[in-house]
Amino acid sequence: MNPLDGNAAAGELRTIFAVDVTAAMGQCVGCGQTAPLGAARAYQQAPGLVLRCSGCDAVLLRVVAGPDRTWLDGRGLAYLQFDTSPS
Amino acid sequence: MGIVTPGFTGRRRDSSTDLPPGQYLTRDFPVLSAGPTPKVRLDNWEFTITTETGDVHRWDWAGLQALPTRQVTVDLHCVTRWSKLATTWEGVSLDDLFAGVETAADYASVLSYGGYTTNLPLEDLLDGQAWIAYKYDAEDLTPEHGGPARLLVPHLYLWKSAKWVRGITLTLQDQPGFWESLGYHNYGDPWREQRYWGD
Amino acid sequence: MARAAVLGRLTWRVATVSAVRDETATARTLVLDVPGWPGHEAGQHVDVRLTAPDGYTAVRSYSIASVAAEPGAPTAGPGASADTVTGGEQIEITVEQVEDGEVSTYLAGVAGAGDQLEVRGPIGGWFAWRATQSEPVQLIGGGSGVVPLMAMVRARAAAASPAPFRLLYSTRRPQSVIYRSELERRAADGLPLTLVYTRAVPPGWSRPPGRVDAALLASATFPPSEMPTCYVCGPTPFVEAVADQLLSAGHDPGRVRTERFGGLS
Repeated sequence: MNPLDGNAAAGELRTIFAVDVTAAMGQCVGCGQTAPLGAARAYQQAPGLVLRCSGCDAVLLRVVAGPDRTWLDGRGLAYLQFDTSPS
Repeated sequence: MGIVTPGFTGRRRDSSTDLPPGQYLTRDFPVLSAGPTPKVRLDNWEFTITTETGDVHRWDWAGLQALPTRQVTVDLHCVTRWSKLATTWEGVSLDDLFAGVETAADYASVLSYGGYTTNLPLEDLLDGQAWIAYKYDAEDLTPEHGGPARLLVPHLYLWKSAKWVRGITLTLQDQPGFWESLGYHNYGDPWREQRYWGD
Repeated sequence: MARAAVLGRLTWRVATVSAVRDETATARTLVLDVPGWPGHEAGQHVDVRLTAPDGYTAVRSYSIASVAAEPGAPTAGPGASADTVTGGEQIEITVEQVEDGEVSTYLAGVAGAGDQLEVRGPIGGWFAWRATQSEPVQLIGGGSGVVPLMAMVRARAAAASPAPFRLLYSTRRPQSVIYRSELERRAADGLPLTLVYTRAVPPGWSRPPGRVDAALLASATFPPSEMPTCYVCGPTPFVEAVADQLLSAGHDPGRVRTERFGGLS
């Protein structure tokens, strides 16, 4: 299954977050690589969304969207860094 | 439901009263995956059953092929709502694999090459309900559909039929797997539409 | 709904097709009226959701081709402006028909003025170009991957940005070129444009049919020494091949942004 860029998952993530998470930098718990989430590998042909590290393929983030609840597991990210500079 | 676009019909699909609730019939075979397709060589391949006491039963590819071959025709129901009826598979029954296994455990945790996991009661793997399948539609199971071998447990939603199956660990306590730990129903009976937690 | 609006979460909006415009035999631009559209940046996309009468739904992502009008600017009529700066509540998407594609077949072949669908957006801040960027920009598109890149070209023109841009656009054959007349006009106005054909070339074309390769990149794109931001978009195999070539040529991976469309080349 060929993944897309994390950018492809931006819409689904915007149903949870009020900001664009794909523009944030994230550090992979697996290998320590730090990169924008937009550059992660997005597997969307699944029962849920899985974002994997482009360096080591470890799971960064998982999202399951049910009809009235959405679940997020971000344990694969050591942190997310958002740009909150005044625009 | 959102607004309807009357001119949009989508892929060919049929409704049928033989389907579990909320499903539609598909004629193709969608490929869903949570990660890259593992590349497993047959000379490295193995399947293990590990009991709750740590006993390991192991089969390599030749060992699997030496067990009785079953040909089955089953319906598949994916939680993403497609169903594919009368699919034909060839593989080994879990009854034959468990024949020499002594256990007091009630639960099975399934592990795949690539790290995927799922869980189900041990009794749902037995009595002719599950197979380790290595042929689909009379051809070797392709990697995108779970080859060299996958678990096939058609009475539950298809996410339980772990592709690229590597082993089963028997446990005294239930261990929710990859999707069961993030909102998907722990058991997953399509006929009771058990898709998410609490359904 | 009100709660989501207060928190800023994206929800589906109803879009009405205002007009359609054929770009090639298989690609069509849809002008969509989207009341309440908040504006967008070049490179962003929308998710489009179609619901069949029996409730079956399909969702696909499409890049926004048009430029968002500045607040207070005069609105352009449907398809009227060659610069495709759309009115504040209008966006344009360009859809290429994919073989057996259930959504693209509807959008590029059936949808017409008055039809309604749902959109969610604008989405995606990573694969976007903003007029505040001043560095050289190398755009490389394969097939319908040219759509978000065209939005960037249009945005640069609308902002009168001095940022140097180059566009390398690969398609199968001359008839497949989307936005051909506009691209030729912009090339005549000074946009460095390189067209690449992979299956069939026009008579007298100096390069035989073939894919983008290292030699072409070396001759037609900004070199790494100029530190361009590279945007690569198209089918997954195209994007991966080109991104690999850019990295091999020495471009900084942090300056190469990719948008894979999936599928086969």
